[in-house]
Amino acid sequence: MTAALAHAPTAQADPHPLLDVSGLAKWYGPHLGCRDVAFTLYPGEVMGVVGESGSGKTTLLGCLSGGLEPSAGRVTYHSERWGAVDIHALPEGRRRLLMRTEWGFVRQNPRDGLRMGVSAGANIGERPMAVGDRHYGRIRAQALDWLKQVEIDQTRLDDRPAQFSGGMQQRLQIARVLVNGPRLVFMDEPTGGLDVSVQARLLDLLRDLVARLGLAAVIVTHDLAVARLLAHRLMVMKDGRVVEEGLTDQVLDDPHHPYTQLLVSSVLQA
Amino acid sequence: MTAPDPGVTFGYLDEQTKRMIRRAILKAVAIPGYQVPFAGREMPLPYGWGTGGIQVTASVIGGDDVLKVIDQGADDTTNAVSIRRFFRRVTGVATTEHTTEATLIQTRHRVPETPLRAGQILIYQVPIPEPLRRMEPRETETRKMHALSDYGVMHVKLYEDIAQHGCISTSYDYPVRVNGRHVMAPSPIPKFDNPKMHDAPFLQLFGAGREKRIYALPPYTSVVSLDFEDHPFTVQAWDRVCDLCGATDSYLDEVVTDDRGGRLFVCSDSDYCTGRRAAGHRGPMAATAAGEALSDAMAAVGREDGEARP
Amino acid sequence: MTDPTQSPRPMIRVEGLSKAFVLHTQGGARIPVFDGLDLTAHAGECVALHGPSGAGKSTLLRALYANYRPGAGHVWVRHGETWVDMVTAPPRVVIDVRRRTMGHVSQFLRVIPRVPALDVVAEPLVVLGESQEQARRRAGALLTRLNIPERLWSLAPATFSGGEQQRVNVARGFIAPVPVLLLDEPTASLDKDNRDVVVALIREARDAGAAVVGIFHDATVREAVCDRLFTLDVRTEAA
Repeated sequence: MTAALAHAPTAQADPHPLLDVSGLAKWYGPHLGCRDVAFTLYPGEVMGVVGESGSGKTTLLGCLSGGLEPSAGRVTYHSERWGAVDIHALPEGRRRLLMRTEWGFVRQNPRDGLRMGVSAGANIGERPMAVGDRHYGRIRAQALDWLKQVEIDQTRLDDRPAQFSGGMQQRLQIARVLVNGPRLVFMDEPTGGLDVSVQARLLDLLRDLVARLGLAAVIVTHDLAVARLLAHRLMVMKDGRVVEEGLTDQVLDDPHHPYTQLLVSSVLQA
Repeated sequence: MTAPDPGVTFGYLDEQTKRMIRRAILKAVAIPGYQVPFAGREMPLPYGWGTGGIQVTASVIGGDDVLKVIDQGADDTTNAVSIRRFFRRVTGVATTEHTTEATLIQTRHRVPETPLRAGQILIYQVPIPEPLRRMEPRETETRKMHALSDYGVMHVKLYEDIAQHGCISTSYDYPVRVNGRHVMAPSPIPKFDNPKMHDAPFLQLFGAGREKRIYALPPYTSVVSLDFEDHPFTVQAWDRVCDLCGATDSYLDEVVTDDRGGRLFVCSDSDYCTGRRAAGHRGPMAATAAGEALSDAMAAVGREDGEARP
Repeated sequence: MTDPTQSPRPMIRVEGLSKAFVLHTQGGARIPVFDGLDLTAHAGECVALHGPSGAGKSTLLRALYANYRPGAGHVWVRHGETWVDMVTAPPRVVIDVRRRTMGHVSQFLRVIPRVPALDVVAEPLVVLGESQEQARRRAGALLTRLNIPERLWSLAPATFSGGEQQRVNVARGFIAPVPVLLLDEPTASLDKDNRDVVVALIREARDAGAAVVGIFHDATVREAVCDRLFTLDVRTEAA
C-alpha cells in the first residue's frame, strides 16, 4: 500500500497550491462531459483520475490543461513567472509558453506527442529551442542525457521515432516533455496501448522520474494498478462526475461508493 | 519609353486590382516580413512562372521606370526574357540589363551582385511564402505561430540538418528573422544572398502568385539568418574565381561547355560578369575557346533583346 | 520538551472511532466492525491489539494508518509538534505523517516492478533526505540481520519466496526511525531465527521511544514485545 506514497510531497507549513480547480463543468451541447469538479493540487502531488471510458476523464484533462474551454468553473494555476493565473483567461501565447516551460502533456499515443519526421534528438531539443536555447552542442548533450534517463540506447539519438518500438516512442515522449523541468505534467493513459511487460518498465520509469524531479501530475487512467503505483491521490469519475476521492490506498482498499467498489472488485488479481 | 499596346491597360491589370495590390503592399511594408493575403488575379502565365512577382511589378511600375528582369541571376533565360517582353508590351517602359540603370528589378532566385541603392525596388518571385510549412503543414496553425512569434520549430529543422549532415544543409530559401519579429522565407535565393537583404537601402517586395501572399522588407530592416551559437550562419564560398571575369566575390554557376567533361565556373549574375569584363577584368579561362564561346553567347542575348526594341 | 523515556508521552489518541463496511456489490450489506473505540498509545510502549479473528484488529490498525476511512471518530497522531487527525487531514498531510511519523509493516510486500530489494528497503530513508549511499548501507545491514543473502539484494523482490518478501518488508518498515510504528503480524510466516530478529527490532524501536501498536498472533512474540493488551470483541449483531 505504500508503493507510490513513499515519495510523497513534503507538507510544509502552508505551501502554495499549484492548481486550484473549482466548479469545473463541460457540456457538449446537451451532453455532459464533466461537472462539479473541484480540487487543489500541491507541488509534488500526483493525482490519478480513474473511471471507465466515457466517464469524462479526458474531457477533464482537456479543461485542466487549457486545451478545452469549460462551460463553467475556474482553473487557477500558480505560475512561477506570473503568479496566480486563470488558465482560461490566459492569452494563447502565454498558455503556449506555459505548455512548453512549466507544464507538460504526455499523450496516450506517442505519435500525437512526438514530431515523427525528425530525429529523437530534435524531439527532445524542441522545448529548449522553443524557449530560446541556441547552442546546438548543449541541446544535443541534453538530449543525449535524457535518452539515457528514459533508457533508450544513446546511439539512437539521430534516428527517427518511426523506427522505435511503441514503448520506446512513449519513453521518448516523456523525455521530450520533461527535458526542461516542468512542474506540472498531464498524462492521458500514458501506458495505454502498450504490452504488459513494456508497461511495467514505463511505469517504473515514470514513478522514479516523478519522484526524483518532484513533479506534480494529473494522470488519467482506467488501470487501477497504474493509479496505485503512480498516484498519491485518486479521483473516481463516473458519468462526468467525481463520485469518490481520497488517498490512493484509501480509495482502492476501502472504497465507499458503489461504483468504486464495483471497479475495485472487477480487477483481476494476477 | 515606347508606346504600349493600346489594347490593354497600362501594366495589364485594371486600376482597381492595382489599387488593391498596392494596399496589400503598403500593409506588407508596414509589418516587415508579415505575409499579407491579396486577391491574386489570373495572369497570362502559369503559376510558377512568376505570377506573384508580375502582379507586384505591374502594380508599382510607372511610365518612367526602367525595368530589369533576372532569372537565377541571368537576364537571358526564357523566363526573364518573356517577362521583360510582357512588360514592354503592356507598359512600354524602358528595360535594361544593367543593375545600376534599373529602377525596378524583378528577380527569380537571386539578388544582383552589384549593390542596389536607395530608391531601387527589388521584386522577388516566391513559390512558397510560408517558412514554417515544412515543419507545420496546417495553415491555421502557422498563422497562429506567426501571431505568437512561436518559432521554436524553425530551429528544430536546423538542428535536424546538423544532426543528419553535420552542418546546416539548407542552402537556399534559408529562413530569416525580420525586424526581430517575423520569420520569413526569402524565396529560393541562395543563402549567399541573405546578407544582402539585411539593412539594405532599397525596398524589397515579395509576391507569391499561387498562394496569393505579398510581403516586404522596407529599407534598412534587420534581416537575420537563423542559426545556432556554435553553428553560426555562413554563406557558400568557392575556392576559385569566375573563369570569365575573375570575380572573387560573386555566386558562381557551373556551366558545362562540351560533352567531354569541359566545365566553366562563371558568375551567376550575367550583368555583373559582363560589366567586369567590359572594365577589363579577365578570369583564368576567358581566353580559352570555351570561355570565348560563352562570352559571345551572353553578348548575343543582349543584342537579341536590344533588337526587340523598336 | 520532555524526555519520552521518562514520562509517558501520548503519540496516538483514538477517540470514538467507528467503522462499518457497506458492500454495495452485495445488496448494500452493512458490516459493522467496531464502534466508539478509544485508545491511547504512548511513546516507548508497545500495545498489542487483541481479540479473536474477525474482531477488527487489522481494520483498526488500517484505520490508524488512514488506509481505511472510519465512519466516525478521530485518530489523533502527534506529528512533530502538532496533532493531526488522520480521519480529516488532507491527503498531503496524511502522506507526510506516514513519511515522517508513522511506519506501517504489513504481512505482504506490495512489489514494485524492477526495483531491487536493496532500494526497496532504502527508499523510506532516501525520502527523508538520507543520501542514497548511506541509505543503501543501512538497508544492507538490516537485510543481513534478517538473513537475506547478499546475492538477492540487487534483484527485484517479485521473485522472492513469501518469507523473503516479508523480511524485505520488515526491513523497509524498520529502516527509518519513526516515532509511531504499526505492525500487522510482522512475524506471520517467519522461522524462529528470523522471528527473534524481528522481536529484537521491535524492542529496539520501542526502547528508542517509538509508540508501537501491533497485531501479534504468535503468543511468544506478543509476550516478548508487548507492554499491554487492547482487547476488541467480536460484534455479533448486524446493526
